[in-house]
Amino acid sequence: MISINNISKSFSDKVILDNLSFTINHGDKIAIIGQSGIGKSVLLKTIIGLLRPDNGSITIDDQDINKISFKKLQKLRSKFGMVFQFGALFDSMTVGENIGLALQKLTNCDRFEINERISNSLLEVNMENTQDKMPSELSGGMKKRVGIARAIALNPEYMLYDEPTTGLDPIMTDSINRLINNFHSNGNVTSVVVTHEMKTVRDASERVIMLHNGKIQFDGTTDTFLNSNDPTVVAFLNGDSTYKG
Amino acid sequence: MKNIILQPFTYIISLFEHIGRYFDLMSKTLRSFTTWHLYIGFLPEHMMKLGISALPIVVVTGLFSGMVTSVQTAYQLESGFIPDSYVGGIVCVSVLMELSPMITALVMTGRVGASIAAEIGTMRVSEQIDALETLSFDPVSFLIMPRVISGAIMFPVMVVIADLFGLLGGFFAATTSIGISSYDYVYGLRDWFVPWYAIFGVIKAFSFGIAITSIACYFGYYTTGGAEGVGKSTTQTVVVSCITIVILNYLLAAILL
Ligand SMILES: Nc1ncnc2c1ncn2[C@@H]1O[C@H](COP(=O)(O)OP(=O)(O)O)[C@@H](O)[C@H]1O
Ligand SMILES: [Mg+2]
Repeated sequence: MISINNISKSFSDKVILDNLSFTINHGDKIAIIGQSGIGKSVLLKTIIGLLRPDNGSITIDDQDINKISFKKLQKLRSKFGMVFQFGALFDSMTVGENIGLALQKLTNCDRFEINERISNSLLEVNMENTQDKMPSELSGGMKKRVGIARAIALNPEYMLYDEPTTGLDPIMTDSINRLINNFHSNGNVTSVVVTHEMKTVRDASERVIMLHNGKIQFDGTTDTFLNSNDPTVVAFLNGDSTYKG
Repeated sequence: MKNIILQPFTYIISLFEHIGRYFDLMSKTLRSFTTWHLYIGFLPEHMMKLGISALPIVVVTGLFSGMVTSVQTAYQLESGFIPDSYVGGIVCVSVLMELSPMITALVMTGRVGASIAAEIGTMRVSEQIDALETLSFDPVSFLIMPRVISGAIMFPVMVVIADLFGLLGGFFAATTSIGISSYDYVYGLRDWFVPWYAIFGVIKAFSFGIAITSIACYFGYYTTGGAEGVGKSTTQTVVVSCITIVILNYLLAAILL
Protein backbone atom coordinates (compact mmCIF):
# COMPACT_ATOMS: atom_id res chain seq x y z
CA MET A 1 0.00 0.00 0.00
CA ILE A 2 1.19 3.48 -0.86
CA SER A 3 -0.21 6.43 1.02
CA ILE A 4 0.42 9.96 -0.11
CA ASN A 5 -0.17 12.41 2.70
CA ASN A 6 -0.52 16.14 2.05
CA ILE A 7 2.41 16.40 -0.34
CA SER A 8 3.34 19.67 -1.98
CA LYS A 9 6.01 20.39 -4.53
CA SER A 10 7.07 23.65 -6.15
CA PHE A 11 9.79 24.52 -8.63
CA SER A 12 11.09 28.05 -8.07
CA ASP A 13 7.80 29.54 -6.81
CA LYS A 14 5.71 27.61 -9.32
CA VAL A 15 3.40 25.32 -7.36
CA ILE A 16 3.09 21.98 -9.14
CA LEU A 17 1.56 19.74 -6.46
CA ASP A 18 -0.58 21.46 -3.86
CA ASN A 19 -1.32 19.45 -0.72
CA LEU A 20 -2.31 16.17 -2.36
CA SER A 21 -3.48 13.11 -0.46
CA PHE A 22 -4.62 9.72 -1.68
CA THR A 23 -4.01 6.05 -1.13
CA ILE A 24 -3.02 3.39 -3.62
CA ASN A 25 -4.28 0.02 -2.46
CA HIS A 26 -2.87 -3.35 -3.32
CA GLY A 27 -4.19 -4.53 -6.68
CA ASP A 28 -5.37 -1.10 -7.80
CA LYS A 29 -5.22 -0.27 -11.48
CA ILE A 30 -5.06 3.49 -11.47
CA ALA A 31 -4.81 6.02 -14.26
CA ILE A 32 -3.41 9.38 -13.18
CA ILE A 33 -4.54 11.86 -15.78
CA GLY A 34 -4.40 15.55 -16.49
CA GLN A 35 -3.13 18.00 -19.06
CA SER A 36 0.50 18.08 -20.15
CA GLY A 37 2.68 19.97 -17.74
CA ILE A 38 0.23 19.62 -14.86
CA GLY A 39 2.70 17.57 -12.79
CA LYS A 40 1.87 13.93 -13.46
CA SER A 41 5.49 12.90 -13.95
CA VAL A 42 6.51 14.95 -10.93
CA LEU A 43 3.92 13.07 -8.85
CA LEU A 44 5.15 9.71 -10.11
CA LYS A 45 8.77 10.59 -9.40
CA THR A 46 7.85 11.83 -5.95
CA ILE A 47 6.11 8.53 -5.19
CA ILE A 48 9.25 6.53 -5.95
CA GLY A 49 11.56 8.99 -4.22
CA LEU A 50 13.34 10.43 -7.25
CA LEU A 51 12.02 13.82 -6.20
CA ARG A 52 11.56 14.93 -2.62
CA PRO A 53 8.28 16.66 -1.71
CA ASP A 54 8.57 20.10 -0.09
CA ASN A 55 5.94 19.08 2.46
CA GLY A 56 4.04 15.96 3.38
CA SER A 57 5.05 12.34 3.42
CA ILE A 58 4.84 9.20 1.32
CA THR A 59 4.68 5.85 2.99
CA ILE A 60 5.13 2.62 1.09
CA ASP A 61 4.34 -0.55 3.01
CA ASP A 62 4.49 1.45 6.26
CA GLN A 63 7.89 3.01 5.57
CA ASP A 64 8.26 6.76 5.07
CA ILE A 65 10.45 6.84 1.97
CA ASN A 66 12.02 10.19 2.78
CA LYS A 67 13.02 9.17 6.31
CA ILE A 68 14.60 5.76 5.69
CA SER A 69 18.25 5.22 4.74
CA PHE A 70 19.34 5.10 1.10
CA LYS A 71 19.97 1.36 1.44
CA LYS A 72 16.44 0.70 2.67
CA LEU A 73 15.02 2.96 -0.01
CA GLN A 74 16.87 0.96 -2.65
CA LYS A 75 15.48 -2.23 -1.20
CA LEU A 76 11.99 -0.75 -1.31
CA ARG A 77 12.54 0.36 -4.89
CA SER A 78 13.33 -3.17 -5.94
CA LYS A 79 9.60 -3.85 -5.45
CA PHE A 80 8.90 -1.28 -8.14
CA GLY A 81 9.08 -1.37 -11.88
CA MET A 82 9.08 2.03 -13.50
CA VAL A 83 8.50 2.59 -17.19
CA PHE A 84 9.70 5.96 -18.42
CA GLN A 85 8.02 8.08 -21.05
CA PHE A 86 10.69 7.61 -23.70
CA GLY A 87 11.93 4.27 -22.43
CA ALA A 88 15.07 5.70 -20.76
CA LEU A 89 17.08 2.78 -22.11
CA PHE A 90 20.82 2.91 -21.41
CA ASP A 91 22.03 3.84 -24.84
CA SER A 92 25.52 2.44 -24.42
CA MET A 93 24.10 -1.05 -23.81
CA THR A 94 22.25 -3.57 -25.94
CA VAL A 95 18.60 -4.38 -25.27
CA GLY A 96 19.66 -7.58 -23.51
CA GLU A 97 22.19 -5.77 -21.31
CA ASN A 98 19.58 -3.16 -20.44
CA ILE A 99 17.32 -5.84 -19.04
CA GLY A 100 20.09 -7.94 -17.55
CA LEU A 101 21.85 -5.15 -15.66
CA ALA A 102 19.51 -5.09 -12.68
CA LEU A 103 18.93 -8.85 -12.79
CA GLN A 104 22.65 -9.36 -12.27
CA LYS A 105 22.68 -7.08 -9.29
CA LEU A 106 19.39 -7.92 -7.60
CA THR A 107 18.99 -11.64 -8.16
CA ASN A 108 21.20 -14.66 -7.59
CA CYS A 109 20.61 -15.97 -11.08
CA ASP A 110 23.51 -17.35 -13.09
CA ARG A 111 24.23 -16.23 -16.63
CA PHE A 112 22.00 -18.88 -18.14
CA GLU A 113 18.99 -18.03 -15.98
CA ILE A 114 19.48 -14.33 -16.65
CA ASN A 115 19.46 -14.91 -20.41
CA GLU A 116 16.33 -16.96 -19.96
CA ARG A 117 14.59 -14.18 -18.03
CA ILE A 118 15.71 -11.62 -20.60
CA SER A 119 14.19 -13.59 -23.46
CA ASN A 120 11.03 -14.33 -21.48
CA SER A 121 10.38 -10.69 -20.67
CA LEU A 122 11.11 -9.70 -24.28
CA LEU A 123 8.68 -12.36 -25.40
CA GLU A 124 6.01 -10.91 -23.12
CA VAL A 125 6.29 -7.54 -24.84
CA ASN A 126 6.43 -9.13 -28.32
CA MET A 127 10.04 -8.14 -28.89
CA GLU A 128 11.64 -11.56 -29.06
CA ASN A 129 15.13 -11.87 -30.56
CA THR A 130 16.06 -8.24 -30.13
CA GLN A 131 18.63 -8.85 -27.35
CA ASP A 132 21.55 -7.74 -29.45
CA LYS A 133 20.03 -4.56 -30.87
CA MET A 134 21.17 -1.16 -29.64
CA PRO A 135 18.47 1.27 -28.40
CA SER A 136 19.29 3.66 -31.25
CA GLU A 137 18.09 1.02 -33.71
CA LEU A 138 14.60 0.90 -32.16
CA SER A 139 11.49 2.96 -32.87
CA GLY A 140 9.76 4.94 -30.11
CA GLY A 141 7.16 2.24 -29.49
CA MET A 142 9.81 -0.49 -29.39
CA LYS A 143 11.84 1.50 -26.86
CA LYS A 144 8.78 1.79 -24.64
CA ARG A 145 8.19 -1.94 -24.88
CA VAL A 146 11.79 -2.74 -23.99
CA GLY A 147 11.36 -0.32 -21.08
CA ILE A 148 8.38 -2.38 -19.96
CA ALA A 149 10.34 -5.62 -20.41
CA ARG A 150 13.16 -4.20 -18.29
CA ALA A 151 10.71 -3.36 -15.52
CA ILE A 152 8.74 -6.62 -15.52
CA ALA A 153 11.87 -8.79 -15.66
CA LEU A 154 12.32 -8.06 -11.95
CA ASN A 155 8.82 -9.30 -11.03
CA PRO A 156 7.82 -6.07 -9.30
CA GLU A 157 4.86 -5.66 -6.97
CA TYR A 158 4.18 -2.17 -8.21
CA MET A 159 4.32 -1.01 -11.80
CA LEU A 160 4.53 2.70 -12.56
CA TYR A 161 4.09 3.75 -16.17
CA ASP A 162 4.81 7.29 -17.35
CA GLU A 163 2.79 7.99 -20.49
CA PRO A 164 3.24 4.49 -21.90
CA THR A 165 1.07 5.16 -24.95
CA THR A 166 1.63 8.84 -25.67
CA GLY A 167 2.70 9.47 -29.25
CA LEU A 168 2.03 5.93 -30.46
CA ASP A 169 -0.28 4.81 -33.26
CA PRO A 170 -3.67 3.32 -32.23
CA ILE A 171 -2.59 -0.27 -32.87
CA MET A 172 0.57 0.08 -30.79
CA THR A 173 -1.45 1.88 -28.11
CA ASP A 174 -3.83 -1.04 -27.95
CA SER A 175 -1.01 -3.56 -27.75
CA ILE A 176 0.58 -1.67 -24.85
CA ASN A 177 -2.77 -1.36 -23.07
CA ARG A 178 -3.04 -5.12 -23.33
CA LEU A 179 0.45 -5.56 -21.93
CA ILE A 180 -0.47 -3.42 -18.95
CA ASN A 181 -3.62 -5.48 -18.39
CA ASN A 182 -1.86 -8.81 -18.83
CA PHE A 183 0.91 -7.97 -16.48
CA HIS A 184 -1.56 -6.53 -13.97
CA SER A 185 -3.57 -9.73 -13.70
CA ASN A 186 -0.84 -12.33 -14.31
CA GLY A 187 1.73 -10.68 -12.10
CA ASN A 188 -0.70 -9.81 -9.31
CA VAL A 189 0.64 -6.26 -9.30
CA THR A 190 -0.54 -2.78 -8.48
CA SER A 191 -0.45 -0.61 -11.59
CA VAL A 192 -0.25 3.17 -11.76
CA VAL A 193 -0.47 4.58 -15.27
CA VAL A 194 0.19 8.24 -15.92
CA THR A 195 -1.45 9.22 -19.18
CA HIS A 196 -3.56 11.66 -21.08
CA GLU A 197 -4.68 9.15 -23.70
CA MET A 198 -8.36 8.41 -23.20
CA LYS A 199 -8.03 5.02 -24.90
CA THR A 200 -5.59 3.94 -22.23
CA VAL A 201 -7.83 5.30 -19.48
CA ARG A 202 -10.80 3.32 -20.84
CA ASP A 203 -8.96 0.08 -21.55
CA ALA A 204 -6.28 -0.12 -18.88
CA SER A 205 -7.62 1.41 -15.68
CA GLU A 206 -10.23 0.75 -13.03
CA ARG A 207 -9.72 3.92 -11.04
CA VAL A 208 -8.99 7.45 -12.23
CA ILE A 209 -7.24 10.26 -10.39
CA MET A 210 -7.38 13.52 -12.30
CA LEU A 211 -4.98 16.32 -11.46
CA HIS A 212 -5.91 19.91 -12.09
CA ASN A 213 -4.08 23.03 -10.91
CA GLY A 214 -2.05 21.06 -8.40
CA LYS A 215 -5.10 19.48 -6.78
CA ILE A 216 -7.05 16.27 -7.24
CA GLN A 217 -10.05 17.16 -9.38
CA PHE A 218 -11.48 13.66 -9.47
CA ASP A 219 -10.82 10.36 -7.71
CA GLY A 220 -13.13 7.43 -8.40
CA THR A 221 -13.81 4.47 -10.62
CA THR A 222 -13.20 4.74 -14.34
CA ASP A 223 -16.92 4.24 -15.07
CA THR A 224 -17.99 7.14 -12.85
CA PHE A 225 -15.21 9.24 -14.38
CA LEU A 226 -16.43 8.61 -17.90
CA ASN A 227 -20.00 9.54 -16.90
CA SER A 228 -19.06 12.46 -14.68
CA ASN A 229 -20.89 15.79 -14.86
CA ASP A 230 -18.00 17.80 -13.39
CA PRO A 231 -17.43 20.54 -16.00
CA THR A 232 -13.61 20.24 -15.73
CA VAL A 233 -13.81 16.49 -16.31
CA VAL A 234 -16.26 16.94 -19.16
CA ALA A 235 -13.99 19.53 -20.77
CA PHE A 236 -11.06 17.09 -20.53
CA LEU A 237 -13.11 14.21 -21.94
CA ASN A 238 -14.34 16.29 -24.86
CA GLY A 239 -11.01 18.01 -25.40
CA ASP A 240 -12.58 21.45 -24.95
CA SER A 241 -9.90 24.12 -24.55
CA THR A 242 -12.39 26.96 -24.10
CA TYR A 243 -13.49 25.86 -20.63
CA LYS A 244 -11.52 27.69 -17.92
CA GLY A 245 -12.24 25.93 -14.67
CA MET B 1 19.83 49.53 -12.63
CA LYS B 2 19.15 47.51 -9.52
CA ASN B 3 19.79 44.39 -11.58
CA ILE B 4 23.16 45.64 -12.77
CA ILE B 5 24.28 46.25 -9.21
CA LEU B 6 22.92 42.93 -7.95
CA GLN B 7 24.28 40.88 -10.85
CA PRO B 8 27.80 40.36 -9.45
CA PHE B 9 26.35 39.24 -6.14
CA THR B 10 24.10 36.66 -7.77
CA TYR B 11 27.14 35.40 -9.66
CA ILE B 12 29.09 35.04 -6.46
CA ILE B 13 26.20 33.29 -4.72
CA SER B 14 25.74 30.86 -7.59
CA LEU B 15 29.50 30.23 -7.62
CA PHE B 16 29.34 29.17 -3.97
CA GLU B 17 26.24 27.09 -4.71
CA HIS B 18 28.16 25.26 -7.41
CA ILE B 19 31.17 24.71 -5.16
CA GLY B 20 28.95 23.42 -2.36
CA ARG B 21 27.06 21.04 -4.61
CA TYR B 22 30.29 19.87 -6.24
CA PHE B 23 31.84 18.92 -2.92
CA ASP B 24 28.59 17.32 -1.80
CA LEU B 25 28.59 15.14 -4.91
CA MET B 26 32.29 14.34 -4.46
CA SER B 27 31.80 13.31 -0.85
CA LYS B 28 28.98 10.99 -1.94
CA THR B 29 31.30 9.64 -4.62
CA LEU B 30 34.09 9.08 -2.12
CA ARG B 31 31.74 7.29 0.25
CA SER B 32 30.81 4.96 -2.58
CA PHE B 33 34.49 4.09 -3.08
CA THR B 34 34.08 0.99 -0.92
CA THR B 35 31.31 -0.43 -3.09
CA TRP B 36 34.02 -1.24 -5.61
CA HIS B 37 32.40 -4.54 -6.63
CA LEU B 38 29.66 -2.49 -8.30
CA TYR B 39 31.85 -0.46 -10.61
CA ILE B 40 35.18 -2.22 -10.88
CA GLY B 41 33.90 -4.24 -13.82
CA PHE B 42 33.36 -1.06 -15.79
CA LEU B 43 36.84 0.36 -15.12
CA PRO B 44 38.75 -1.29 -18.00
CA GLU B 45 36.12 -0.15 -20.47
CA HIS B 46 36.26 3.45 -19.25
CA MET B 47 40.05 3.46 -19.21
CA MET B 48 40.25 2.10 -22.73
CA LYS B 49 37.73 4.61 -23.99
CA LEU B 50 39.50 7.49 -22.33
CA GLY B 51 42.93 6.43 -23.51
CA ILE B 52 41.97 5.62 -27.08
CA SER B 53 39.90 8.75 -27.59
CA ALA B 54 42.67 11.00 -26.29
CA LEU B 55 45.77 9.29 -27.66
CA PRO B 56 45.99 10.88 -31.15
CA ILE B 57 45.55 14.43 -29.93
CA VAL B 58 47.96 13.88 -27.03
CA VAL B 59 50.63 12.53 -29.39
CA VAL B 60 50.25 15.42 -31.82
CA THR B 61 50.24 18.18 -29.20
CA GLY B 62 53.12 16.52 -27.35
CA LEU B 63 55.21 16.27 -30.47
CA PHE B 64 54.68 19.85 -31.58
CA SER B 65 55.12 21.42 -28.16
CA GLY B 66 58.51 19.71 -27.94
CA MET B 67 59.41 20.91 -31.44
CA VAL B 68 58.47 24.51 -30.80
CA THR B 69 60.33 24.58 -27.48
CA SER B 70 63.42 23.39 -29.25
CA VAL B 71 63.18 26.05 -31.95
CA GLN B 72 62.38 28.86 -29.49
CA THR B 73 65.20 27.89 -27.16
CA ALA B 74 67.71 27.80 -29.98
CA TYR B 75 66.48 31.21 -31.13
CA GLN B 76 67.00 32.71 -27.66
CA LEU B 77 70.46 31.19 -27.30
CA GLU B 78 71.74 32.31 -30.69
CA SER B 79 74.53 34.44 -29.20
CA GLY B 80 76.97 31.54 -29.47
CA PHE B 81 78.36 31.76 -25.94
CA ILE B 82 75.99 29.09 -24.68
CA PRO B 83 76.67 25.48 -25.65
CA ASP B 84 74.27 23.75 -28.07
CA SER B 85 73.54 21.03 -25.55
CA TYR B 86 71.52 23.56 -23.48
CA VAL B 87 68.71 23.20 -26.01
CA GLY B 88 68.28 19.55 -25.03
CA GLY B 89 68.36 20.44 -21.36
CA ILE B 90 65.85 23.24 -21.60
CA VAL B 91 63.48 21.16 -23.71
CA CYS B 92 63.76 18.39 -21.13
CA VAL B 93 62.90 20.63 -18.18
CA SER B 94 60.12 22.59 -19.80
CA VAL B 95 58.43 19.63 -21.46
CA LEU B 96 58.50 17.35 -18.44
CA MET B 97 57.54 19.89 -15.81
CA GLU B 98 55.24 22.29 -17.52
CA LEU B 99 54.35 21.93 -21.16
CA SER B 100 53.36 18.34 -21.41
CA PRO B 101 51.14 18.13 -18.28
CA MET B 102 49.55 21.50 -18.96
CA ILE B 103 48.87 21.12 -22.68
CA THR B 104 47.75 17.53 -22.26
CA ALA B 105 45.32 18.59 -19.54
CA LEU B 106 43.91 21.39 -21.67
CA VAL B 107 43.34 19.23 -24.72
CA MET B 108 41.97 16.39 -22.59
CA THR B 109 39.45 18.86 -21.17
CA GLY B 110 38.11 19.39 -24.64
CA ARG B 111 38.35 15.76 -25.65
CA VAL B 112 37.54 13.79 -22.52
CA GLY B 113 35.86 16.27 -20.15
CA ALA B 114 33.41 17.49 -22.75
CA SER B 115 32.46 13.99 -23.80
CA ILE B 116 31.91 12.83 -20.20
CA ALA B 117 29.71 15.86 -19.50
CA ALA B 118 27.71 15.31 -22.67
CA GLU B 119 27.32 11.60 -21.98
CA ILE B 120 26.16 11.94 -18.36
CA GLY B 121 24.10 15.03 -19.23
CA THR B 122 22.27 13.10 -21.94
CA MET B 123 21.66 10.30 -19.46
CA ARG B 124 20.18 12.84 -17.07
CA VAL B 125 17.82 14.55 -19.50
CA SER B 126 16.69 11.27 -21.08
CA GLU B 127 15.87 9.96 -17.57
CA GLN B 128 18.49 7.20 -17.74
CA ILE B 129 19.89 8.30 -14.39
CA ASP B 130 16.40 8.12 -12.88
CA ALA B 131 16.03 4.68 -14.43
CA LEU B 132 19.29 3.55 -12.83
CA GLU B 133 18.03 4.73 -9.48
CA THR B 134 14.68 2.96 -9.82
CA LEU B 135 16.56 -0.22 -10.68
CA SER B 136 18.15 0.28 -7.24
CA PHE B 137 21.57 1.29 -8.50
CA ASP B 138 23.45 4.14 -6.93
CA PRO B 139 24.11 6.41 -9.92
CA VAL B 140 26.97 8.11 -8.11
CA SER B 141 29.02 4.98 -7.65
CA PHE B 142 27.89 3.60 -10.97
CA LEU B 143 28.55 6.60 -13.20
CA ILE B 144 31.00 8.90 -11.45
CA MET B 145 33.39 6.67 -9.54
CA PRO B 146 34.69 4.62 -12.51
CA ARG B 147 35.17 7.77 -14.60
CA VAL B 148 37.11 9.63 -11.92
CA ILE B 149 39.28 6.60 -11.21
CA SER B 150 40.06 6.09 -14.88
CA GLY B 151 40.90 9.80 -15.12
CA ALA B 152 43.28 9.49 -12.17
CA ILE B 153 45.00 6.51 -13.79
CA MET B 154 44.93 7.44 -17.47
CA PHE B 155 45.94 11.12 -17.27
CA PRO B 156 49.40 10.26 -15.91
CA VAL B 157 49.75 7.61 -18.63
CA MET B 158 48.81 10.18 -21.25
CA VAL B 159 51.29 12.68 -19.84
CA VAL B 160 54.10 10.14 -19.92
CA ILE B 161 53.26 9.52 -23.58
CA ALA B 162 53.21 13.27 -24.21
CA ASP B 163 56.59 13.56 -22.43
CA LEU B 164 58.05 10.95 -24.71
CA PHE B 165 56.75 12.58 -27.87
CA GLY B 166 57.72 16.03 -26.61
CA LEU B 167 61.34 14.99 -26.17
CA LEU B 168 61.27 13.25 -29.54
CA GLY B 169 59.76 16.32 -31.19
CA GLY B 170 62.45 18.47 -29.62
CA PHE B 171 65.05 16.09 -30.99
CA PHE B 172 63.62 16.23 -34.51
CA ALA B 173 63.41 19.99 -34.56
CA ALA B 174 66.87 20.39 -33.08
CA THR B 175 68.56 18.07 -35.53
CA THR B 176 66.67 19.08 -38.65
CA SER B 177 65.62 22.73 -38.59
CA ILE B 178 68.19 24.14 -36.15
CA GLY B 179 71.18 22.04 -37.01
CA ILE B 180 72.26 20.95 -33.56
CA SER B 181 73.97 17.59 -33.55
CA SER B 182 71.98 14.73 -32.12
CA TYR B 183 74.87 14.08 -29.73
CA ASP B 184 74.61 17.59 -28.26
CA TYR B 185 70.83 17.40 -27.86
CA VAL B 186 70.89 14.02 -26.13
CA TYR B 187 73.87 15.04 -24.02
CA GLY B 188 72.04 18.13 -22.76
CA LEU B 189 68.90 16.14 -22.15
CA ARG B 190 70.67 13.53 -20.07
CA ASP B 191 72.80 16.08 -18.31
CA TRP B 192 69.84 18.14 -17.10
CA PHE B 193 67.46 15.28 -16.45
CA VAL B 194 66.37 14.67 -12.86
CA PRO B 195 63.68 12.03 -12.15
CA TRP B 196 61.80 14.52 -9.99
CA TYR B 197 60.94 16.58 -13.10
CA ALA B 198 59.04 13.67 -14.57
CA ILE B 199 57.49 12.74 -11.23
CA PHE B 200 56.32 16.30 -10.71
CA GLY B 201 54.63 16.20 -14.13
CA VAL B 202 52.94 12.93 -13.29
CA ILE B 203 51.67 14.26 -9.95
CA LYS B 204 50.19 17.20 -11.81
CA ALA B 205 48.59 14.88 -14.34
CA PHE B 206 47.06 12.83 -11.55
CA SER B 207 45.45 15.91 -9.98
CA PHE B 208 44.31 17.29 -13.35
CA GLY B 209 42.81 13.90 -14.18
CA ILE B 210 40.72 13.86 -11.02
CA ALA B 211 39.77 17.53 -11.42
CA ILE B 212 38.68 17.32 -15.06
CA THR B 213 36.71 14.09 -14.81
CA SER B 214 34.97 15.07 -11.58
CA ILE B 215 34.06 18.53 -12.89
CA ALA B 216 32.69 16.93 -16.06
CA CYS B 217 30.69 14.42 -14.02
CA TYR B 218 29.35 17.20 -11.81
CA PHE B 219 28.07 19.35 -14.67
CA GLY B 220 26.72 16.31 -16.49
CA TYR B 221 24.98 14.98 -13.40
CA TYR B 222 23.16 18.24 -12.68
CA THR B 223 22.11 18.94 -16.27
CA THR B 224 18.59 20.28 -16.72
CA GLY B 225 16.67 21.45 -19.74
CA GLY B 226 16.96 18.94 -22.57
CA ALA B 227 19.44 19.04 -25.43
CA GLU B 228 20.16 22.72 -24.84
CA GLY B 229 21.04 21.92 -21.24
CA VAL B 230 23.50 19.25 -22.36
CA GLY B 231 25.24 21.81 -24.56
CA LYS B 232 25.40 24.23 -21.66
CA SER B 233 26.86 21.63 -19.30
CA THR B 234 29.51 20.73 -21.85
CA THR B 235 30.57 24.34 -22.30
CA GLN B 236 30.61 24.94 -18.56
CA THR B 237 32.75 21.85 -18.08
CA VAL B 238 35.37 23.10 -20.52
CA VAL B 239 35.44 26.63 -19.11
CA VAL B 240 35.53 25.62 -15.45
CA SER B 241 38.06 22.83 -16.04
CA CYS B 242 40.45 25.17 -17.86
CA ILE B 243 40.29 27.71 -15.04
CA THR B 244 40.72 24.98 -12.45
CA ILE B 245 43.74 23.53 -14.26
CA VAL B 246 45.49 26.88 -14.46
CA ILE B 247 44.92 27.54 -10.76
CA LEU B 248 45.81 24.01 -9.71
CA ASN B 249 48.95 24.20 -11.83
CA TYR B 250 50.11 27.26 -9.91
CA LEU B 251 49.17 25.80 -6.53
CA LEU B 252 51.01 22.55 -7.15
CA ALA B 253 54.11 24.42 -8.28
CA ALA B 254 53.96 26.67 -5.21
CA ILE B 255 53.52 23.74 -2.85
CA LEU B 256 55.80 21.13 -4.38
CA LEU B 257 58.72 23.16 -5.73
N1 LIG C 1 13.36 19.21 -12.32
C1 LIG C 1 12.51 20.23 -12.61
N2 LIG C 1 12.90 21.51 -12.42
C2 LIG C 1 12.06 22.53 -12.67
N3 LIG C 1 10.82 22.40 -13.14
C3 LIG C 1 10.37 21.15 -13.35
C4 LIG C 1 11.19 20.00 -13.10
N4 LIG C 1 10.47 18.89 -13.39
C5 LIG C 1 9.26 19.33 -13.81
N5 LIG C 1 9.20 20.68 -13.79
C6 LIG C 1 8.02 21.48 -14.14
O1 LIG C 1 6.91 20.92 -13.50
C7 LIG C 1 5.79 20.97 -14.35
C8 LIG C 1 5.12 19.63 -14.44
O2 LIG C 1 5.95 18.75 -15.16
P1 LIG C 1 5.56 17.25 -15.47
O3 LIG C 1 5.27 16.54 -14.21
O4 LIG C 1 6.65 16.71 -16.31
O5 LIG C 1 4.24 17.40 -16.33
P2 LIG C 1 3.37 16.23 -16.97
O6 LIG C 1 2.07 16.32 -16.26
O7 LIG C 1 3.23 16.57 -18.41
O8 LIG C 1 4.09 14.96 -16.74
C9 LIG C 1 6.23 21.51 -15.69
O9 LIG C 1 5.83 22.83 -15.78
C10 LIG C 1 7.74 21.41 -15.62
O10 LIG C 1 8.31 22.48 -16.30
MG1 LIG D 1 5.19 13.77 -18.02
